[in-house]
Amino acid sequence: MTRTPFVIRFCNATPKSGWIALGIFAAIAMLLLPALHLVLPPEHPLHVSAYVITLGGKIMCYAIVAVAMDLIWGHAGILSLGHGLFFALGGYVFGMYLMRQIGRDGSYQSDLPDFMVFLDWKELPWYWAGSDSFLWSLALVLIVPALIAYVFGYFAFRSRIKGVYFSIITQALTFAAMLLFFRNETGFGGNNGFTDFKRILGYGVTTPEMRVTLFALTALVLMATLLLGRYLVTAKFGRVLAAIRDSESRVMFLGYNPLHYKLAIWTLSAMLCAVAGALYVPQVGIINPGEMSPANSIEIAIWVAVGGRGTLIGPVIGAAIVNLSKSYFTMAFPEYWLFFLGALFVGVTLWLPDGVVGLWKRIQARRVA
Amino acid sequence: MNAVTENRHDQEWLGGTSIGHLKRHGEVDLSHRVILYLEDISVSFDGFKALNNLHLTIDAGELRCIIGPNGAGKTTMMDVITGKTRSDAGRCFFGQTIDLSTLSEAEIAHAGIGRKFQKPTIFENLSVFENLELALKTDKRARVSLFAWLGDDQRDKITDTLKQIRLDKGVGGADRPAGLLSHGQKQWLEIGMLLMQDPKLLLLDEPVAGMTDDETERTAELFKSLAGKHSLVVVEHDMAFIEQLGGKVTVLHEGAVLAEGDLATVQNDERVIEVYLGR
Repeated sequence: MTRTPFVIRFCNATPKSGWIALGIFAAIAMLLLPALHLVLPPEHPLHVSAYVITLGGKIMCYAIVAVAMDLIWGHAGILSLGHGLFFALGGYVFGMYLMRQIGRDGSYQSDLPDFMVFLDWKELPWYWAGSDSFLWSLALVLIVPALIAYVFGYFAFRSRIKGVYFSIITQALTFAAMLLFFRNETGFGGNNGFTDFKRILGYGVTTPEMRVTLFALTALVLMATLLLGRYLVTAKFGRVLAAIRDSESRVMFLGYNPLHYKLAIWTLSAMLCAVAGALYVPQVGIINPGEMSPANSIEIAIWVAVGGRGTLIGPVIGAAIVNLSKSYFTMAFPEYWLFFLGALFVGVTLWLPDGVVGLWKRIQARRVA
Repeated sequence: MNAVTENRHDQEWLGGTSIGHLKRHGEVDLSHRVILYLEDISVSFDGFKALNNLHLTIDAGELRCIIGPNGAGKTTMMDVITGKTRSDAGRCFFGQTIDLSTLSEAEIAHAGIGRKFQKPTIFENLSVFENLELALKTDKRARVSLFAWLGDDQRDKITDTLKQIRLDKGVGGADRPAGLLSHGQKQWLEIGMLLMQDPKLLLLDEPVAGMTDDETERTAELFKSLAGKHSLVVVEHDMAFIEQLGGKVTVLHEGAVLAEGDLATVQNDERVIEVYLGR
């Protein structure tokens, strides 16, 4: 038996159109848009404004979260209504680094972040140790949410908590965390959170160069997330997940231990959210406990449902559609946004059970017939 | 750890000399042509005797049908063999050496006893091929399945099983979603999933319930082709199906064996007629 290299098997398992689309996306997000923003003068008609770059970066962060959500909900059938927590944790961990990078440029010209001076703290709490190190902060962005997800998931999945009960518990988890982070004594800036960032690695955070760097980096992470997700669902691992979604007891009967499978995808999903959160915070310039609100986590599920569950690319589209319309609505008719979101969700559930991707597939099937 | 292993070897070696052959550990000893041996098995639930000194012997490669009125203890007997229910008394051996009463359900399945329940449970959203792939006897840990790809020999095995259960042809072949199969085809697929695990003994609980006549006939053909290589115990009510199978028939009544023999003999037995017709 000859062993085909791993990479080649994976490439063959993904259709050519997928690779072409990915290549086009890479060219636009990593070359074209940054160039149009940096090189062209603002009065040029093709100039891409800072607003567009920031909005695009933000939506790509949401798209990463949506793909992470699709891995756990669409492919393993576990609906988490607490994914906003992991997103916010990633943001907070990287936010700590950003706060330390302000240095003595804050309003109080202190070594400590402003909110600590305001609370009359004399030194950093122990868990802020090492937060001035970029690499350590990056490591923590992955480690902290992974650890929390692992421990929480271990107990939840071991106790065979499933379906709506799991969803409710995750919702409670993010709500509890939000209350904790609202407290000033927790040491994360209370209800103001972190803001007023100045630098990353000594470079200004609001410069056009940094803006496009973060934008391109987010695009890169999004593509890597899609490839990783695609690999996982084409590997045998993904088929076992689908089988667990269908009938968990039968999977056990075949000799698999569903706990390990669920725990692996759950923890990975949380880590992906955290990375997205860490990319989100420097682009948006603020992180506060509002990100952990239950409504935010529910919104993530809506992105996935709108785009199409279990399709990987659908959630990306869903995140883009919902958030673009959110940007439009909150500017044009601020008071109607939530009504629109609700109507969208009801409409998708009623008429598009497989989301936008499902609609596309139906149209194509009709064309063939 | 080491001492235990050595000890086990000693026992095997001693046992081996006394019987006159050497045994490899983990394999079913079929030296006496018997694969399943139940002796004086009794099970009672709150005083009700579901099995009452049941004695049953299944030969290796045999195709045995078990019939009996409702409550005769057919399903309880299956439960005892697969470890789901523990017997109150009696001995239950798989081959010459494996005492089933000491093993867990998972260990019994691993030792080579496969059971098919009445209602087919398959993975509806996976394809026929993928259903069989998941059932394949292989390393099933999560981290292994991250990098597991089917080898040629495994692929061949799946293809062979597909042919056996006749799901290799038809619209979509092995790539069609299992949820689109007919009821009978789902039953076959589940039998196929059992076969992927290389069982020595197959326990089949009402395998043709809900099948069309045509499907029943083809199932009988499938079972006959499996006999010899595997041993089969079929619990069934459908007399036409049992006739097609043509093996030895055991009649259970009130937790014990009432009659045993070929179908014609059993059907002419006075006591059997009495039990079934309730005279």
